[in-house]
Amino acid sequence: MGLIQYIAARVGVYLFVLFIGITVTFFLPRLMPSDPIENYIAQLQNQAGQSMDPEDVAELRASLSELYGLEGSLFSQYVGFLKRVFLTFDFGPSFSSFPRPVTEFILVALPWTLGLLIMTTLIAWTLGNSIGLLAGFFHNKRTATMLEVVGVVLYPIPYYILALVFILVLAYVFPIFPISTTIRPGPLNFEKVKMILYNSALPALTLVTAGFGWNILSMKSLSFSTKQEAFVNFARLKGVPPRTIMTSYVFRNALLPQVTALALSMGTIFNGALLTEILFSYPGLGLLMRSAVGSGDYNMLYGTITMTIIAVATATLIIDLIYPFLDPRIRYR
Amino acid sequence: MNTNVRLESAPSVAVVPANPSYRSRLRLNLRLRMGLTILAIFAIGSFTLPFFTDVNPSEQGAYMKNLPISIKHLLGTNSQGQDIFWFLVFAIRNSLILGVAVSLCVTTIATLVGLSAGYIGGWFERVVMLITDSFITIPVFPILIVLGALVRGRTSFWVVGLLLVIFGWAWGARTIRSMALSIREREFINMARFSGASTFDIILKEIFPYVYAYIVVGFINTILFAINTEAALAVIGLSKVETPTLGSIIFWALNYNAMFIGQYTWIVAPVVATVLLFLGLFLTSTGYNELYAARRGHS
Repeated sequence: MGLIQYIAARVGVYLFVLFIGITVTFFLPRLMPSDPIENYIAQLQNQAGQSMDPEDVAELRASLSELYGLEGSLFSQYVGFLKRVFLTFDFGPSFSSFPRPVTEFILVALPWTLGLLIMTTLIAWTLGNSIGLLAGFFHNKRTATMLEVVGVVLYPIPYYILALVFILVLAYVFPIFPISTTIRPGPLNFEKVKMILYNSALPALTLVTAGFGWNILSMKSLSFSTKQEAFVNFARLKGVPPRTIMTSYVFRNALLPQVTALALSMGTIFNGALLTEILFSYPGLGLLMRSAVGSGDYNMLYGTITMTIIAVATATLIIDLIYPFLDPRIRYR
Repeated sequence: MNTNVRLESAPSVAVVPANPSYRSRLRLNLRLRMGLTILAIFAIGSFTLPFFTDVNPSEQGAYMKNLPISIKHLLGTNSQGQDIFWFLVFAIRNSLILGVAVSLCVTTIATLVGLSAGYIGGWFERVVMLITDSFITIPVFPILIVLGALVRGRTSFWVVGLLLVIFGWAWGARTIRSMALSIREREFINMARFSGASTFDIILKEIFPYVYAYIVVGFINTILFAINTEAALAVIGLSKVETPTLGSIIFWALNYNAMFIGQYTWIVAPVVATVLLFLGLFLTSTGYNELYAARRGHS
């Protein structure tokens, strides 16, 4: 019964977060002093080189309003938008590559973003926590202090700086990796996998380095304080070998706040991934978003942003649902 | 206020020699000292130096192009004929102003929301925390990208700041609320309540002094967040890139291919400045945090 309640509460929060996120995405742009349709018409007029007939413009405006669901009152637009997003996952056609639907582009880009993110988050989290555990457990060794210094220096460096430094050093001064991602289309074979890995190396390195400093610092202080608790002392006096104390006593318990923190920082991690994709021209959601901004493709923007909100909320939900299985003390709340 | 702090710290000083973490305390104070030194250099430098020049750093072609490093141009000039050093000075100043302004607003909102939710509790707390958690989960950056795209060209530097305030308050509110929650249960709060203090008085006079140290830490961290997010938007060209900031200088350097034409100072200088500034902010916030914890005897 308790487990069902726990899951129901989490799913409830999940739906609420989606609702708030999508509502914010819907309303904020409409409060901005800018009209996508007028922008698009101005853009077309620029391209045409001369002004179009006022009648043509009016007709274009009407058809665009219909196409983008901007007809009717704000409330009916809102309900229509929610219905399209939640029921059919349809964001309409793309501006810049007209009739192809936005959803098609998103489905192509999504595996890239998710692949990169899941891989790097797992690596950064595992590596950072292991190093943090060692640094906290052997806190009076000199190496531990040095590891902490590494964490302190790495943690505040923003994603874009790391990306630039890696481009500068590993792609430009020492041309080991490509400056931007180029994936040639082709069948999925060994060569292609190699190409993908080679091209993803720098973005992945950026994301791992960025995620890892914080994990070292917080795991270090967590394992240090867990180590001083009575049950760890008891285990030591009982003669439990230090390695077992470290893994089964300290790590199991220090892990929990780290899992919660991971769930809470999913949004931040996603922000960094989108930025990194843009800087490396990595073909994921971030690049899609950036090129949609460049071409004024508003449907694409709504689609990609909604997709990121769904992805982040879902990742948070999954971590929340795993949590009870990791906690040795309480099964569920 | 000062005497209070000293009185409080007195007993913990006496215990220090027996405490194994004495060495780590010294190290943490080193953090605070290093952080404050870096911040002082950045703040004093970027706010006073502009008085000694009448250069408009954004003006193109003010000097010869691609000059090497010299006494007159400390970091050389770029391919647009701008002096890199002066552009950097103004960039640091603008970024700091934005960071502090955003952080002041964010910290005020976060403190009010967090304290009231934590102390009042009940359905009010549940609703507020649901909204707070949603704001934490929603990825800020894509929303800023969309808004940046919509207001492009017509936005001012301050609109970007306002957006950062709207999306930045949730983290702090969450932490302050959890601290307020733990303090709410303590005896002296009941004491104050039974003595007839109003809710507002209790929040302000009894709870606030306890969370104040965290608020300072949160304030510094939010400066970091604001500068970072604005710079990230600027690097991909979606902030007000005409205003010199730590991000816009990198945007222009990338835009004019500084790396390929060998103008390393144009790109390396802002990178180094950003890393140092962020390190300074981070060292100050963690150093202060640990210092305060040590003073209260919870190190």
